[in-house]
Amino acid sequence: MGSGGGSYEKDLNLEATELRLGLPGTTSSTAATDQEPEARQARNNKRSLVDRCEEEASEDASRALQKDHDSAPSSKAQIVGWPPIRSYRKNSLQTKKAETETSSSGIYVKVSMDGAPYLRKIDLNVYKGYSNLLKALENMFKFTIGEYSEREGYKGSEFAPTYEDKDGDWMLMGDVPWEMFMTSCKKLRIMRGSEARGLGCAV
Amino acid sequence: MNYFPDEVMEHVFDFVTSNLDRNAISLVCKSWYRIERFSRRRVFIGNCYAISPERLIARFPGVKSLTLKGKPHFADFNLVPHDWGGFVYPWIEALARSRVNLEELRLKRMLVTDDGLELISRSFVNFKSLVLVSCEGFTTDGLAAIAANCRFLRELDLQENEVDDHRGQWLNCFPESCTSLVSLNFACLKGDINSAALERLVARSPNLKSLRLSRAVPLDTLQKILVRAPQLVDLGVGSFSHDPDSETYNKLLTTIEKCKSMRSLSGFLEVAAYCLPAIHPICSSLTSLNLSYAPGIPGSELTKLIRRCRKLQRLWILDCIGDKGLGVVASSCRELQELRVFPSDPYGVGNAAVTEEGLVAISRGCPKLNSLLYFCQQMTNAALKIVAQNCPNFIRFRLCTLDPVKPDSSTNQPLDEGFGAIVQSCKGLRRLSLSGLLTDQVFNYIGMFAEQLEMLSIAFAGNSDKGMLYVLNGCKKIRKLEIRDSPFGNIALLRDVGKYETMRSLWMSSCDVTLGGCKTLAKKMPRLNVEIINEIDEMEACNDDGQKVEKMYLYRTLVGPRKDAPNYVWTL
Repeated sequence: MGSGGGSYEKDLNLEATELRLGLPGTTSSTAATDQEPEARQARNNKRSLVDRCEEEASEDASRALQKDHDSAPSSKAQIVGWPPIRSYRKNSLQTKKAETETSSSGIYVKVSMDGAPYLRKIDLNVYKGYSNLLKALENMFKFTIGEYSEREGYKGSEFAPTYEDKDGDWMLMGDVPWEMFMTSCKKLRIMRGSEARGLGCAV
Repeated sequence: MNYFPDEVMEHVFDFVTSNLDRNAISLVCKSWYRIERFSRRRVFIGNCYAISPERLIARFPGVKSLTLKGKPHFADFNLVPHDWGGFVYPWIEALARSRVNLEELRLKRMLVTDDGLELISRSFVNFKSLVLVSCEGFTTDGLAAIAANCRFLRELDLQENEVDDHRGQWLNCFPESCTSLVSLNFACLKGDINSAALERLVARSPNLKSLRLSRAVPLDTLQKILVRAPQLVDLGVGSFSHDPDSETYNKLLTTIEKCKSMRSLSGFLEVAAYCLPAIHPICSSLTSLNLSYAPGIPGSELTKLIRRCRKLQRLWILDCIGDKGLGVVASSCRELQELRVFPSDPYGVGNAAVTEEGLVAISRGCPKLNSLLYFCQQMTNAALKIVAQNCPNFIRFRLCTLDPVKPDSSTNQPLDEGFGAIVQSCKGLRRLSLSGLLTDQVFNYIGMFAEQLEMLSIAFAGNSDKGMLYVLNGCKKIRKLEIRDSPFGNIALLRDVGKYETMRSLWMSSCDVTLGGCKTLAKKMPRLNVEIINEIDEMEACNDDGQKVEKMYLYRTLVGPRKDAPNYVWTL
């Protein structure tokens, strides 16, 4: 099962050497070298790979060549025993995930945006932290928030993300640790314009 | 040859502690062999099926400490069925029967039963130390027996075992007279713990240096324990989540400040990030920090902590620290020798993960780095070359790209050159794990340069038998070779069959070796056990020699085929 003689230095012939999960011909390979891809594919079928969907898997393989993952592959073909971490560790990660997912039945809070015709509701439990939440809000309301600094709040845009805490005060998001925020937040409001600037500004 | 009486030789040999050296001593002459064997106290058996308990006892009747390893390494990743083997009971039974004065038993990847634990506790009066790593098959009942009967117990260390927790009161089983504990690690237990019993136990253990708690131990119990044991050197925190405005938390702050001997911290199995500042006072003297089981601590909190740990030598962390966080590690932890970065989201999208940038930063800041385990989203040859240049002292280098065949993310080339640079630069490299897109060329480099390599893990790599042959021909010191999903077949397997007697074991799964090839090998080498694991078609494949073998595990042995193999494991 040689890989085409000693011409390694000349052409890498990556196609022949690449281990792909998809069917031959589903990726952009041109000269599929002899029986190799088929043989490998045949072997793939016998292996303990758990392919959720072969087309998606081959898409993943070609996507793997891209530098940026802008959208996540919806289902990654899971290979038995990969990545190589002990079951004990894997199980503890999964229990933690499950726990955070089911721990509270959702911390739903209203989100209002100045100038928007209606409010939205989001589940704070879904988000892992401030950047995660802010990105989601940016997507939801189609705006950009500035960069957070302890000193100046959110610079660089006319918006400021705020929340009403248990005492009824309007606070700028990001000052307190995430978990503390989650437990004290009653509702969110994205302020805009001069009101927003007033909140974070030192002036 | 002997000018001195035996006792003198024995005294001299006492200074030789390394087993390798002792083995060498025993080869000098018959009398040295005899003296050495009666004075050997520690025995290490890397494969429990390479030798039998009877032969161990016959040769080393004075053994006090035994280390045994069972399942092959890939069992850690679910590639080996649970009941494949590695039963420790026969060993305990044989040792008990021969009245060996066993004091210490260290097991890895073995099947341990409650009966076995009970037998230990009743048979060995001076039993002092039990260390179980990645074992399974026992429950807290077995632990209760150990606690109750081992009067001089110093160490009970349970690392990452699957233990059935019967929620019994095993901690209560330590008698009031037990005051000898030095090390207690039950972090892997899942059930409830009797806090009062734990506190009393700690209170009467003045020699306690290492304590690792399970998740069920809450912060207030931790505080009470630390009051009793400010001398602790190694602490594994269970639950670390509390209202920071409470009295308990404030008490904890004062208590921790008194723990001046603390050098190693781990656990945080349940943690609220805003409680972490409580450990800031001890950070500056920490040499070891393991936060790899601490869920959901944001990178920013991690770095706040790590910035203070300037003496850190060992760091185990989750990849949510990010490349930037690793940059902080690099600038704060100049003494770092061992780094492990685990994936926090193994099957996920990978927006958490670290890349080659983090590793390069570490290599720049931590020149003493000698041991690495790095799970990353992507890697480049250029980065590996820089790492090789900055850190020539690697003994262990294990890289895992989350996509097993991912090429160099900037050039789309295989990672051959990068790993080649590592083996060429790190002349002391003993353990290597590869991943990413790799051709036969990387094995050529390994064969050429990795002269000290003892263990090599290969997955989804190579193009042809040449790859495996490069390794078998070139790596003179290789002891453990494990390969999965790579196109190596009979030609490579059979080229130099004598090689396998110089190695501990070879694992090949989802490769191209056939049943016929394995049979040929087994026939030529009677002192190897060639085991085929075939869970799917048990009867069928037996006849077709051309059939590719799903899983093969071969190892040298002095005692022939084992008799405890389940019916889906055939020894050829």
